Formats: sequence, C-alpha cells, structure tokens
Amino acid sequence: MFSALTFAQPLLLLALAGLPILWLILRAIPPAAKHLRFAAVMLLLGLKDEERQADRTPWWLLALRIVAIGAAIVGFAGPTFNPAPATLGSGPLLVVLDGGWADAPDWAARRGKAAEILAEAGRAARPVALIQLSDTPQTPVFQTADAAIARLNAADPAPWLPGEMQAWAQALPEGDFASFWLSDGLDHPGRDDLRAALAAKGDLRVYQSPRVVLALGPAKIKDGAVTVRVQRPLGGPASEVQVIGRGPDPSGIDRELARFTLTLEQGATGAEASQSLPPELRNRLNRFEISGVQSAGSVSLADDSLKRRKVAILAGGAAKEGLTLLDQTHYLRQALAPSAELIDGALTDVLKASPDVVILADIARLTTGETDALADWVDEGGLLLRFAGPRLAASDISRAEEDPLMPVRLREGGREIGGAMSWGAPRPLAPFPEGSPFHGLAVPVDVAVTEQVLAQPDPDLPQRTIAALADGTPLVTRKIMGDGQIVLFHVTANAEWSSLPLSGLFVQMLERLAVSSGSGLPKPETLKGQTWGPLRVLDGYGAAQSGEDLSGVDGEVLGAALTKGPAPGLPPGVYSEGARSLALNAVGDKTVLAPAVWPVSQQIEGMQTTAARALKGPLLALALGLTLLDIFAALWLSGRLPAFARRASAVLLLALMPLHVPLAKAQTTPADDLAIAATDGVVLAYVITGDAAMDQLSEAGLLGLSDRLTERTSIEPFAPMGVNVETDELAFFPFLYWPVTPGQALPSPAAYDRLNAYLRSGGMILFDTRDGDLSGSGAATPEGDTLRGIAQGLDIPPLEIVPTDHILTRSFYLIQNFPGRFDSPVLWVEAAPLQQEAAEGMPFRPQNDGVTPVVIGGNDWASAWATDEYGAALYPIGRGEGGERQRETAYRFGINLIMHVLTGNYKSDQVHVPALLERLGE
Amino acid sequence: MIDLPTLRAEADALGQSLPALLASAERLSSALAFGEHGRKRAGQGADFWQYRPAMPGDTARNIDWRRSAKSDAPFIREREWQASQAVTLWVDPSRSMAFQGAKSRPSKAERAAVLALALAIALLKGGERVGVEGQGRPRTGMTQLGPIAQALAAQHSAEFGAPSLNDAISYGRAVVISDFLGDLAPLQAAMAVAADKGVRGLMVQILDPVEEDFPFDGRTVFQSMGGGIAFETQEAGDLRARYQDRLAARKAELAQMARALGWHVSCHHTGTPALPTLLWAHQALGGAP
Repeated sequence: MFSALTFAQPLLLLALAGLPILWLILRAIPPAAKHLRFAAVMLLLGLKDEERQADRTPWWLLALRIVAIGAAIVGFAGPTFNPAPATLGSGPLLVVLDGGWADAPDWAARRGKAAEILAEAGRAARPVALIQLSDTPQTPVFQTADAAIARLNAADPAPWLPGEMQAWAQALPEGDFASFWLSDGLDHPGRDDLRAALAAKGDLRVYQSPRVVLALGPAKIKDGAVTVRVQRPLGGPASEVQVIGRGPDPSGIDRELARFTLTLEQGATGAEASQSLPPELRNRLNRFEISGVQSAGSVSLADDSLKRRKVAILAGGAAKEGLTLLDQTHYLRQALAPSAELIDGALTDVLKASPDVVILADIARLTTGETDALADWVDEGGLLLRFAGPRLAASDISRAEEDPLMPVRLREGGREIGGAMSWGAPRPLAPFPEGSPFHGLAVPVDVAVTEQVLAQPDPDLPQRTIAALADGTPLVTRKIMGDGQIVLFHVTANAEWSSLPLSGLFVQMLERLAVSSGSGLPKPETLKGQTWGPLRVLDGYGAAQSGEDLSGVDGEVLGAALTKGPAPGLPPGVYSEGARSLALNAVGDKTVLAPAVWPVSQQIEGMQTTAARALKGPLLALALGLTLLDIFAALWLSGRLPAFARRASAVLLLALMPLHVPLAKAQTTPADDLAIAATDGVVLAYVITGDAAMDQLSEAGLLGLSDRLTERTSIEPFAPMGVNVETDELAFFPFLYWPVTPGQALPSPAAYDRLNAYLRSGGMILFDTRDGDLSGSGAATPEGDTLRGIAQGLDIPPLEIVPTDHILTRSFYLIQNFPGRFDSPVLWVEAAPLQQEAAEGMPFRPQNDGVTPVVIGGNDWASAWATDEYGAALYPIGRGEGGERQRETAYRFGINLIMHVLTGNYKSDQVHVPALLERLGE
Repeated sequence: MIDLPTLRAEADALGQSLPALLASAERLSSALAFGEHGRKRAGQGADFWQYRPAMPGDTARNIDWRRSAKSDAPFIREREWQASQAVTLWVDPSRSMAFQGAKSRPSKAERAAVLALALAIALLKGGERVGVEGQGRPRTGMTQLGPIAQALAAQHSAEFGAPSLNDAISYGRAVVISDFLGDLAPLQAAMAVAADKGVRGLMVQILDPVEEDFPFDGRTVFQSMGGGIAFETQEAGDLRARYQDRLAARKAELAQMARALGWHVSCHHTGTPALPTLLWAHQALGGAP
C-alpha cells in the first residue's frame, strides 16, 4: 500500500525530527495567570485553593499538539497516494484525442487536459504531435508544443465517432515515442489495434473520463406513437433522462413540442419512451435532443419518416359494389394507408382540410370553382396527382389547349397496345432518365402497359416527361406550377391499363413523389442516382448549422451512411432532394454503444484518479482541526472555557451546523410571543408614541401603578407592555394608556378599524394630553389638537365630565378628584343615559352597563405614577406632604380606573343589594 | 480623576431632583421655611409647641396672657425646640475606592463623591450645617459647597481608608461613605470616639457589582488597587462562594457595629441609581430623633 505513497517535497519530512524538541518546550509551560486589580482582595486573603492545578502540560494535550504539528509537516510535504506517473518517459510525445461527438460535453476539460500535457512536454523541449482520431487518418507530424497547442485550441469535436483506427495504427510514424490518449470511453472499430500499436512504440497513458456517454437514437413511429430511445455504453445506476422534441410553431418559431421522460433502470444500457402525438404536432417535429447534454449524439433529427401526409383521394364514377379490385383507388389506398392519412369527401370539402396531396383518379371534368380552388392550392405548394382512365380519355379536356390542371395536352382517344385489337405487345418501361425524380429506381421487367392516354408532342413535352415507356411515349408527366406540381400518370390507378399498380415500383414512385413517406430506412439502392443537398447539418456539439454551402451528396453514399453512421465529409444533418428530406443522425438506428475495454495492465486515469488522491488537503485539515481542539483544550485547562464558551460556542455552533438553524428556529412568531406574554396575566399597556422619552415615562408610570395594584388589590398585573397600534393585536389588553404628544402620527385606517373594534369589545383607552387640561378649558394646546385629530377617526360615544356619582369615584377607593401631576378636576367619560334619576334613598343613579370606552383628561398621570425598578418615585409631585398626598390620590385614581376596567359597574350593582334582599324576602 | 466642575454639576443635578426634604415630615408640610428641625420638645424655636401651667421659676415674660385669661391659672406658651443639625461627612479617599468594575459604571469613588455632595447640597438647602471631616467645623450656607467639593475630590495613597470623626461636633450627625473592605479596627475606633461625643449617623457601603458577584474564573492573581497586596489562586471560580460568605460576614459585622451605636447602615452598588440611596440617607438623617 505504502509503496504507492509519494511525497512532492520529501525533504520537508526531515522536520519531523524536530518533534521531540517540541516535547521539551511544550511541557515546561504552564498556562499563564491573569493579573487583576481587585479592591476586595483583603477578603480573599487566606483562602486556599481546593485543587492545585498542574503546572505542566498534560500528556494528552502534548500528544495532541505533536500530532497536529506532525500532520502539518507531513501535509506540507505533499503526500500522494497511488500517484499517477509524473512523467511520460522522454523523447517525442503523441497526444491522441478521440475527438468524436462523445467528447463534446466535456471538450473544454479534455482540451485543457491535453493542453496541460502538451505544455509540460513543451517545457521539457520534447517534440509533440496531436491527432484527433475522428479526422481522416494521416501520419502525425511531430512539432513544437506551441504549434500543437495552437492546433488543439482550434480543434472541435467532430459530429461523428472515430472510425478507422486500424488506418491510424498503420499511419503511426517511425521511431519510439510516448503516447497520451484521451479516450471517450467508447469502443471504436480497431481501437485495440491502435492501442497495441501505441504501446509498442513506448509508454502509453490513457485518460478516460468517468462521465457516462448518452446517445439518442432516431425517433421512430411505432404503433402510431413517436418513440425515442436513449442508450449508454455501460449499465450504471438508475437515472432519468429527459428527451425534448422541438419544431417550429405555426408562426415559425422554434419551440419545445414534446417531452419524453425515460428511466434508465439500474444496469440497463438503454431505455425507450413513446408518446402519441396529434399529426399536426408530429409533422412539425424536426429535432429531438437529450436535455442537458451537448453533443451531436444526443440530438436526433426528424425527417419525412416521421411525417404523415394528408392525402385526399377522389375517384370518378360511382363505386361498383363487389368489384373492389377494380376500383380506381384500391391500389392507391393499399399503398398509402400505412404511411399517410387518407381524406375522403367532395373536392371543395377536402381542400379545406389542407391536404398535402390530392389524387384525382380518372376525373375529367371539374367545375370552374373547383378548378380555381385546386389551382390556388397547387400554387401554394400542393401536389396534384392525376391518373388517366376511360373518362379522361373520352373527354375533350386539355385537347386543343393545355388545361391548367394538366401537365400536357392529350391526344384524342387513347392507345391500346397488345390488346386483342392491336398489333404490338404490351410495352415495358424505359429506365428513368436523369433529372427524373424516379432516376435510379430499378425497373422491373414484368411491368407492362397495355393502354394509355397519349400526350401531344408539344415542345416542352420532353422536359415534362419523368417516366416513359420503352418506345419513348410518356408514361408520367409533370408540370411545376407555382410552388406545387401537377403529375399525370398516363395510365389508370388500377390494374386495368397496366400492371404498374401491382408492382413494388408503384409504391417507390409514390414515395419519390413524396406522396407517401417511406417507413424504415431507405435502402441505398432506392437512393441511387440522386443528389441530396444538406439542408441543416450538426456540429459536434449538436448545434444545427446551415448546410447551404456544403456540396450535395450522392444518394448511394448517403444511404450507406445511414447504416454506418456519419463520417468525415458527411456530417449528420437533414438532406433534401426535391420535396423529400432524409435525416442522417450521429447515432443510427442500429448503432450500439460499447464501452472501451482496456487490458488489465493498462492504467486508466480519470475514473481511478479518485483513488490517486493527494493527501495534502486532508492532512492539513486534520492539523487545523487538532489546533482548534487544542485551543479549547488550553482554554479548558486554564479555566477560561466557560466564559469563553458563552461568547464563542454559540457562534461556533451556528457556524458548524447551519442546517440545524431552520429547525432550531423558534416555532412561535413574534406575534405569538406577544400574545403569550400579554395573556399570561393582566398586563397594562401603553401606546407607543414614537417619542422615546414619553414611552419610557409611560412604561415607568404603568410599572408604578402595577406595583400599587399588586400591593393593595387582588389585581396583580405583569410588567407593562408597549403596543404599536399599527401592528400589534390589541384584544389582549384590557386597558391602554395613550399619552398624547404634539405632532404624534395619526393611526392608519387599518389601525383605526382595529382600535374601534377594541373599543366596541370592551377595551378602554385613557387619553392623557398631559397639559393640565388647559385644552379642556378652551385654550388650544398642541396636545389638544393632536388628540382631536386622533379621536376624529375613533368610534367614541357622547362624553360628559365625570359626574360625582360615577363608578370611577368608588370602584375601589372613594375619591372625588383624579389628579396626576396636575390636579385638574376635568375628566371626560362616556355620558350616562339621559332621564336617569337616582332612586329614592339611593346615593347613585343606576349605571349603564359596560365600561366607558374612553377616559380623557390631561393630568399627566404617568408622571405621578412613575417609579423606577426599585419602587422610588421618579418625578416630584407638588410640594412636600401635599405633593405626596396628591401622588397617593393619583394612585388611587389609577386603582379605581383599573378596577372599573376589570369589574365594570360591579360596585354600582352592590348598592342594589339591600333592595334585592328585600324583594327576595317578600 | 474626579473633575471638580463636573462633579459639582452632577451633584447639583442630583441634589436638585430632591424635594427639600427635611427631617420631620410634619414640619415640612406646614412650613416651607428651611432650617431648624422641631425636636418634638419644648425649647428655643419659632413654632408653637404647647401651653403649660406656669411653674415657679418661669419668668413673667413667658406667660401667655391671652390663654391665661381663659382660666384661672397662668399659662406659659412653650415653643418647640428647633435647632439645625451639624452633619460631618467622611468619604473614603483611599485607592480601594478607585475600583471600577466595568466601563459602563462609575468608580466607587465617583459614586461616593456624588452621593456625598448631593447629600450636602440637600442638607445645605435645608439650612443644615455641613462639613467634611478634616475641614473644620460644619458650616451652613451654600458657600460651604465649594470647600466640600474640593475636599471630596482629594485622593489618598493608602490602600484602605481609616475614618476619623474628630471634626464631628457633639450630638451632631456623621455620614461615613466607604467600601469598608479594609481593616475595620480604625473604623471601630473612630466610631467609639464619635459615640462618646453623642454623634450618630450613617454608614453607606459602596460596592461595585463585581465585588458582589465575583465573576472570575481560572488562574488569577488579584492585586489590591495600590498593588501592595496580592493574592494568587489557581481556580478563582472555586473561591466564589467562600468570598461571598466573607463579604456577607463583613456586612453583618458592619450592621452589628451600627446597631450597637444606634447608627444606620446601607449598602449601595455602583450599578444602581444613586437616588434611592440618597433618599434613604436624607430620610435617615432627618428621621432620626
């Protein structure tokens, strides 16, 4: 094991020899004592310590420190476990990149790795060569590292996979050299040959990224649903892959049209998903890609094979019952049904469904309206396919002059060849001429034509003829009109006039005319003789580029590539010929990704580098951790830990366990805290005015009043609280003291709502203008103005100056005036109902139920009540004894007020007790 | 250390917040005139005390003829004996008082000086005679305030203060403000001398909260404020309980001493406001018979 342990700076390890010196130094130092000035030192003299503290460092602390420093020394020496060979021999160096699309997702990292190797070789002045195996094989040329790095920077992954590795193996230069191979992790043909060839030349290091290559095969139609397949070379852990189908929306903007979720089971190398899509959507799909992967292999382009064309078939004459095989459209339907959507109906109705193709089988006459509609439709890109027949032959359409919906003029009557009444034998087909869409299709010998309609030999007839009989008479003619075309088969669509509809050629011809899209891969032979122009091609990263400036490709080559995969000069993309398109994908239908298998003797970097880890980091972290531990141990030894811990440990714990913070967060909100604090007992509350001095005074005043209540009555309020009328819930407080300060902000409408609800539900507010009730006597004070402003929004009942028989005068103490710091007799409370007279012999009028919602005065009660936390009065009241007397009365008023708040007019009811007892006795 | 003008201003502020509280609350309510205290017995004074039948030896001048006319026997109109008090202050000037447990609190010396001066202001306003030990006899009048403040600002180099009450006049009052953390023997001696002269008064012990709580831990060397006395401990936290026991014993000893001589004692912490203690002291001085 330890043979694999190496050090970057082995000389540093000599410092370990110094550790025993540390032993001597550290153990002689006791923790230092603090020196403090302390006046009461006399009281300490003579006290004995209960335990003597060791003045030598304990052995375990010493061991801790030695381990920490040892770890630091070893860490700085740069130990590496299972290290990669630091050098690649000497002499020339060959850097090999696979360079296919499988490299694309991490191309930057690969390029960086290769650049690093090249730069290192450059520093050692070694000649280097760089090859990308996806290129055409050629003998590598050794050059300077700078030149190789410049080439490397210009290199991009190819959209295909490296193919001809044997050729590369044969192209290797003479002489010995070391090699560094950045493999993409896939098996490629001849890879082992190349490996053997490189290993024979010298050292070979292989770098292989642990990343999994994902490839997306071409989308196919299976049982009417779009099916995509994703594969990977090695069965790994279960994972989920998203495949996105894209295409233009009706306004031509590229959009995501479908999303497939594939689940790669554990150990499985492939997965499939299918989705049934409406034809409108399906026909628009032109590209599938694996979400989040950027490579040509994760992109699959869609071509005609995915499209279902809408074909309208119209035939002349009533269908004859029982004669299916003779029906004009029978063979067409048979040929088209698997790959196209067939539409039936009247012509004008059918056109509204915007078909791709309209087939008129032996229909001669069309109304003017139908003709115009059809002509417009063809102009816009429709394909009108007409078949001849007895009706067409008998009509005089396109005789004298060319009918707009016929490619050629026709001669009167038809021609019968090889019939009972004719001389000649049935005519076979001639090979298709160059320039014909059918060029390259093999002509079966058994196809023969017995009857046909004949075209007038017009000057442009040869151009319009795309298929002819062996004697040169046109069999299929075509006219381009606008964006569309009109094609006429000079025979019937059934087997009456020729055996063509019975042959496979018929289907191929329809395919070539893009009437139907072929299912499955087209065979190279069927593509023979055509030149396909690239429409869009993919680069190695899977991005689509315009293929306009690329030259066309021979159909046969393209057909071969469809099975073999793209190759240099033939990038994946969409190729078109006429109206047809064909997609060549980086990952073909038959492509199987295989993992690269290296001989056991070959060391692979990348995947295994996790094991070959530098130990410097962990060792230094260990040293740091032990040092931190040492801090705490030292603090603990010197007895300073508790004090330090109070401050530091909370911070430390928070820093170490950020995940626990949300859990440890209080379950209650501030509003809950307020509610709990306010409802644990009776709490007197004051309104926070925003004036800090005033709020302090209010709090001190209510504290003093609370203390008096506790002393003298059974009401034992808790510490008073300030409430913010804007935000706090008021319902918890039976009583609010509201000192009015000049310029106090008015409550918001929402706060008014809550205040009114509070007053209606039995709360009481004591408004204190603190101006000696100057405002009450008519003088305008700022406080009075403010109070008027505040009260305007409040739901306050009619008020009166407190009458002498008011409950406030006797709810606990018998008082007749209500002084605070001032002694104004004016105090406003809710007015008693009118016409209430004191009953005979009763000292009081019957009181209305409930508590007066507001009490308004200006005697600055808070100042009179205010005490500090030691119970001493904070503000002088009046002069001497008289002042103290006034303070006492102020307290009595406060007690009466709180009693009234909490007991209502209970005291008023008490006076009825004699009358009640009297009635009960009766 | 103690800035004179600041001290004066602080003490003024504190003194002003006191209502002129004189010894007898009854007197105060009727008369706002400061000065003499009623002694609740007949003697020299302005206020009526009682009528009593004339006895042999009373001069005719003293007979209240209006009262005597209502009955057969002559009556003497007695006035209440009123006298101003003489209060002698002693504030510990030693180094020990310079202790300041936290930056947020004043040192014990500052608090002691403020307390003493505020008390002096209140007393002087009330017409009492006030003096500081070592400055001669107590005098009345606000002019006395300057010398008092100056005397209070003085500092001694002794570790702990030893009070003397030589300047206290017989049957006067004395206020001793100190932390009482030093040797108690000089205090005892001084109080014995004072007690012989009939002097009674107050002891105000000023302590920093740190001295109450002893919030120390770990290996510590405690040095007295002058540096003359040092005590080393390995684990200060272990001593806390025993220290607090000793402090409590010291307080009990003070209380015992005060009780024996009819003095009042109170403990004040620099962490708390000065006003309650001031009120207490004023009351204790005035309330004493």
